[in-house]
Amino acid sequence: MKHVNRLIMTLVYLFLYAPLVVMVVFSFSGGDHTSVFQIVEDRPFYYWYEQLFREGNPLLRCLWNSIQLGIVSALIATVIGTVAAVGVYQLKSRKLSSSILMVNNIPMMNPEIVTGVSMMLLFMFVGVLIGVTGEKTNFWTLLIAHVTFSTPYVLLNVLPKLRQTDPHLMEAAQDLGCTPAKAFFKVVIPQIRPGILAGFLMAFTLSFDDFVISYYTTGSSFKTLPVYIYNMVRKPVTPEIYALYSIILAGILILLVVYNLVSAKTPSAGKKR
Amino acid sequence: MKTANPKWGTRLLNAPYILWSMIFIIVPLIMVAVYAFTETANVFCIKAEYKGKTYDYEIEMYTGEILAGNPGNFVLDEEKAGNVNMDYAKEMVAQCLGAEYSEVTFVEAKPEYNRVSSFTFANIKTAFSGNYIRAFGLSLRLSVIATLISLLVAYPFAYALSRTGIRSQRIQMLLIMLPMWMNMLIRTYAWTDIIANNGIFNKMLGLIGIGPVQMLETEGAVIMGMVYNYLPYMILPIYTIMSKIEPSLLEAAEDLGCNGFQKLRRVIMPLSLPGVISGIIMVFVPSISTFYISYKMSNGKITLIGDLIETQMKNQMTTGGLNVGAALSLALMVIILICTFILNRTDKDGEGGMII
Repeated sequence: MKHVNRLIMTLVYLFLYAPLVVMVVFSFSGGDHTSVFQIVEDRPFYYWYEQLFREGNPLLRCLWNSIQLGIVSALIATVIGTVAAVGVYQLKSRKLSSSILMVNNIPMMNPEIVTGVSMMLLFMFVGVLIGVTGEKTNFWTLLIAHVTFSTPYVLLNVLPKLRQTDPHLMEAAQDLGCTPAKAFFKVVIPQIRPGILAGFLMAFTLSFDDFVISYYTTGSSFKTLPVYIYNMVRKPVTPEIYALYSIILAGILILLVVYNLVSAKTPSAGKKR
Repeated sequence: MKTANPKWGTRLLNAPYILWSMIFIIVPLIMVAVYAFTETANVFCIKAEYKGKTYDYEIEMYTGEILAGNPGNFVLDEEKAGNVNMDYAKEMVAQCLGAEYSEVTFVEAKPEYNRVSSFTFANIKTAFSGNYIRAFGLSLRLSVIATLISLLVAYPFAYALSRTGIRSQRIQMLLIMLPMWMNMLIRTYAWTDIIANNGIFNKMLGLIGIGPVQMLETEGAVIMGMVYNYLPYMILPIYTIMSKIEPSLLEAAEDLGCNGFQKLRRVIMPLSLPGVISGIIMVFVPSISTFYISYKMSNGKITLIGDLIETQMKNQMTTGGLNVGAALSLALMVIILICTFILNRTDKDGEGGMII
């Protein structure tokens, strides 16, 4: 049994990591195509990394776009989602709170393509109505779409944390002379901070990685990295994108290691995970 | 126990999100339904005066189809179809009237976008005919196979994972989630490099004397792409629920004389069913609606419903493109709703192992 388990696990990891290994290895290929590994004279092994950082590379511009969009949309989603979670928590009416949560589930349950198509129809309709075509509003449509699909995750991260808080603390703070708003920021926010942070990180990752919904809500003036790559990947591409994503992979790995070292040192944080 | 404290947190806090989700979640879905049951056209509305009479013409902006007005002897130039502008539309009107361009006075000529016609079933009918229904069938078949394979792989994996030490579990969870943080486009693209005819896999086969096997552009490749991209979504919920099964329950089962298989069949399977159900939904929904994986893994040779929606939405310039796209999306949504509903019912009945 032990051996069978081990075999299954090895095969699954092999399967999950094969493309990542290929990506990293081929990013050092000298050839012009990703399909074969080539060593080309006059080209150092880091040739495509050098190419990646050349002036005015659209890949880097789109990467920057994606980061900007991810941060802005995650910030907005975190604010809206946290406020909504507090609102739902406060609601006495079961009916209303469960219908809010039901609507909240729609973007998570619906296939991405349907969400994308539905938002595209809305934006086109409104765009024609107010006489603006997609090109200029491009960033805003993407921002709205990203906030819409990531807010539900923030709400679902914050709400359970709120439910764990002790309502009496809030009262105690007010008895001791805090205004409700001050009590909220001094007492409740610190208690739900892990949920807010997790929600923000999730919102950022979802936004940064999203392709399908962005594809339907984008125009040509502001392209995110995945949309750019999609248009690029339709034809054979150079190992440049492998180089870019190898760097991103390295970044994620470093973050993970640091995070784990930190959380291993603080036992309370470690326990929560 | 929630003590009501009306001073902080009023109902107003709900207002922003309710408003937001109304406008950006509910309204767009209503628009999908509206587009699915109507026909939207972009037209040039032209009012022309010729020999003292006025004529009204409506010409479809993209295809040049004459939607209103007497076409007369006019035949659309093949080259112009798909590329009609206002000037050409005016020329068309003149030709329809059998007149020289200079003889006609144009009283009014304006473009009208997104003109919605009355209620129609035509788009839904299109969505359930010919190519479309075949694509639905194929998507359903491939995604069901992919879901089953994911389940068969993920179930023993999640079980084995839940039996290892706490530290190992934490590390392995990270290992499973790590690939998900890399963009799926890149990972899928890398797979095409592996299984291409001159790819790594075929080169390895070549070393042991097996000639290049066609893997890319087959249904198997598409299924593999689905399994690859969504397998973690199957592993995570099953693992989560399995790690919550009390070991004492298993011990009790052993004490009562269950052998290994009975333990699995009578205790673990029923208890893990909710995880299995959410895993199935989380793999099935993105699989059936994918368009990138099928496109890339088959070089565009296998067309799933997602691909068709994509093409229709891209052809938004033509009359009906958006409408058929909306109808397909609506149909997809309904199919998924039905599947989810059936699955959730299975869960409530609590019939363990029924699915497997």
